[in-house]
Amino acid sequence: MKILPSVDVLIVGGGWTGLLMAKELGSRTALSVVVLERGGPRKTDDYGDDMDELDYTIRLRMMQDVSQETVTLRHDLSQRAFPLRQHGSFLPGSGVGGAGEHWSAVCPRYLPDCFELLSRSIEKYGSKRLPEDHAIQDWGVTYDELEPHYTRADLLLGISGKAGNIRGKQIEGGNIFEGWRSAEYPTPPTKIPYFSSMFAEAAKSLGYHPYPVPAATTSRAYTNPDGVSRPGCTYCGYCETFGCMIGAKSQPTNTLLPVIEKRKNVSIRTGAWVRRIVHDESENKGRARGVMYIDANGREVFQPAELIFLASWTLNNTRLLLLSGVGKAYDPATGKGTLGRNLTHQVSFSAATAFFERPLNRFMGSGASGIMLSDLDGDLFEHSNLPFLRGGTLAARSARSLPISECGVIPKSVKTTWGSEWKKAALYYYDRAGRISFSGEHLAYKENYMDLDPVYKDHFGDPLLRLTLDWRENERKMADYVIAKAVELAREMGAKEVTPFSGLRSYDGTRYQSSHIQGGVIMGSSSERSVVNPYLQHWQLSNLFVLGASSFPQNASANPTPTILALTYRTGDAIVNRYLKNPGALA
Amino acid sequence: MISEQPKIRKLPPGSLESKGQRFPHNRPHLLFYRVMRRREFLILSAASIGGVLVYSLDRKVFRLSAQTKRSVRIPLRFFTQSEALIVAAAASRIFPSDEAGPGAREAGVAVYIDQQLAGPWGRDRYRYTQGPFEENSPREFGYQGSATPQQIYRQTLKDLTGFDRLASGDQDQKLKQIEGTLFFSLLRQNTIEGMFSDPIHGGNVDMVGWQLIGFPGPRMSNYDDIDKHFGEAFHPKPVSLHQATGRKVRPSEDLE
Repeated sequence: MKILPSVDVLIVGGGWTGLLMAKELGSRTALSVVVLERGGPRKTDDYGDDMDELDYTIRLRMMQDVSQETVTLRHDLSQRAFPLRQHGSFLPGSGVGGAGEHWSAVCPRYLPDCFELLSRSIEKYGSKRLPEDHAIQDWGVTYDELEPHYTRADLLLGISGKAGNIRGKQIEGGNIFEGWRSAEYPTPPTKIPYFSSMFAEAAKSLGYHPYPVPAATTSRAYTNPDGVSRPGCTYCGYCETFGCMIGAKSQPTNTLLPVIEKRKNVSIRTGAWVRRIVHDESENKGRARGVMYIDANGREVFQPAELIFLASWTLNNTRLLLLSGVGKAYDPATGKGTLGRNLTHQVSFSAATAFFERPLNRFMGSGASGIMLSDLDGDLFEHSNLPFLRGGTLAARSARSLPISECGVIPKSVKTTWGSEWKKAALYYYDRAGRISFSGEHLAYKENYMDLDPVYKDHFGDPLLRLTLDWRENERKMADYVIAKAVELAREMGAKEVTPFSGLRSYDGTRYQSSHIQGGVIMGSSSERSVVNPYLQHWQLSNLFVLGASSFPQNASANPTPTILALTYRTGDAIVNRYLKNPGALA
Repeated sequence: MISEQPKIRKLPPGSLESKGQRFPHNRPHLLFYRVMRRREFLILSAASIGGVLVYSLDRKVFRLSAQTKRSVRIPLRFFTQSEALIVAAAASRIFPSDEAGPGAREAGVAVYIDQQLAGPWGRDRYRYTQGPFEENSPREFGYQGSATPQQIYRQTLKDLTGFDRLASGDQDQKLKQIEGTLFFSLLRQNTIEGMFSDPIHGGNVDMVGWQLIGFPGPRMSNYDDIDKHFGEAFHPKPVSLHQATGRKVRPSEDLE
């Protein structure tokens, strides 16, 4: 094994969180910072010729190489797990920028009560209303504490939108239900496509409060506080599963790399596949010493470091800690151990597919341009007579309208799936079908968790991560409720036919839902029930921090990136202001 | 920043994309290795298959329009000629050429499928292929068997010998019998891909699929149009990726 000289800061993973921490520590300190990224290098220029649905959306060229490593899935403790042999219900990225390169850039914040879900729910409903097998927790950080960092994330990305609550003052046209924000969005809302504007009208007439989707596909040219400029969006429609060829969609490579590139104390090492975190084993006084990785030429390398950030994709954070024996693996039978617990996946589906007589010109848009509503989110509507807790948002976005993916989305009245009659319907409805999508909260449960698979291995021979995951009645009943609301909205929009979502049955590993699968390395204020403290610092190894949505105790309805960035900023501040002066436990 | 992008001697871990970028552009003869080795050709009169995009051995593209009288020899990368004829016939029952417009024949779907099967997708490069396998797993876990797309096609095409010479009604009957099979779902999906993917992949000749469906291809900017044309069809003339970017784009089937 090759042993390299020690560095001050080592960051595992070159996506949003890893590169944000590299930017923060690289520009606010003189520490030497090394980022290890197992994929290849990337830059905006690489995306000039990526507008190819087959290679990027169907063959998923930007994603992790599933032939080398995947996860296994089972629905409950009694089942055998099967590997997800092809990408399905979520899409982990690879390469510099990670999943932050191929995202849709939908950027809402979490509702304030999400951070105190357990205590707020008990306060309002008593503990009897919570599902018996729930594992929900408070985060150990509040919305008020996080708000300044959310604002920094807004400014970093130049998020486009319309505020609905500035310091407690409600503003028409924005999301009046959102947590307070200290300022208006940095850029105005994106343009709104036809289908989304019909949705807005219908929502208003049914008494909802629709607002423009907060978008990091910026509505106009923008220069952020770091001096990084990006152009406005041209609504080409190639966002999700693509890198933005003009850089209008904020991506780590066009938002963070330009700053990092100027810093001589930061380096990015690509093709470096980290297999183990090397650490001292001693109760409560542990220390991470460095990481062992395989470099691009297949050599085993030990890289020692003073301070280590684990910043890979959410599930990979959990797996790397499990493989390294850092912390105690969660055991659902006894409830002991914390690592791997609280696996959740945002409840996402097309609640209603609406078919119209007039064409929608859906090829124009961006992954985040559209209209959403929060009237059915969180605890914002009356639940006393409903058979479930919490909720989510309904939205009409222009995302995912490319022809291979969408040819054949036809009403139920057409009974064939091939041949002349089908072809006629497929051609007619291709641009006359629009989706009302739902994103909902997923509560944490005791038996939804992760551990190492006993059978299947990756290309190095390390065990794959095993997901034990299924929906419960709370999600199924929430789904049924919102599907009915979405159908009502589609009718109000003037749809001639509407296909409702069939409902949640077993967790389906083949249906793309969202890439917001979270938990495993959850944060909290007690080392008994969480892996990292509210500064994302490992409870046992005080020089190890674990960034990203692996720290979320349960899944909020909103997409996670702004919250991930806000938490990363907060950790960065704690490192610079406190940890470096006095290394040790921050909480 | 110090970029420590290593000089790579063997395949690095990581994304497919990162590997793709390292394709030896200075050794284009490698591209034709499989073609040269197989020596299988689809010999057709252009009129029987419609307009076809053909690659010559020096990688120049030329197009034979449906009106051309002479016959062409399309170099096949995976299929034998009789397999290609069966696939072309089946694809054109799935997406027929009819009064609603051109179909799989005109788009060159069989050529598209041939190239995909010969490439990394056909060899299961995009799938986790370690055992144990399980042929009868529940649907929510996806296909858990060991067969590659190449094997699935080759196996089923044996059972479909003579399919291309059946009358269209009999072809439909035959396809109805196998509707529930993995082969049929692959063929149906591949047919749609061949209709609507960028012409660099060998199908969607003349962007016939995009014209049919009203999709303009990779159009760089819709800024001036997105908030107009409400309720009426706005169908700009399609452009291919090559036309839109001015670059020669290498499709994934040629990369590894």
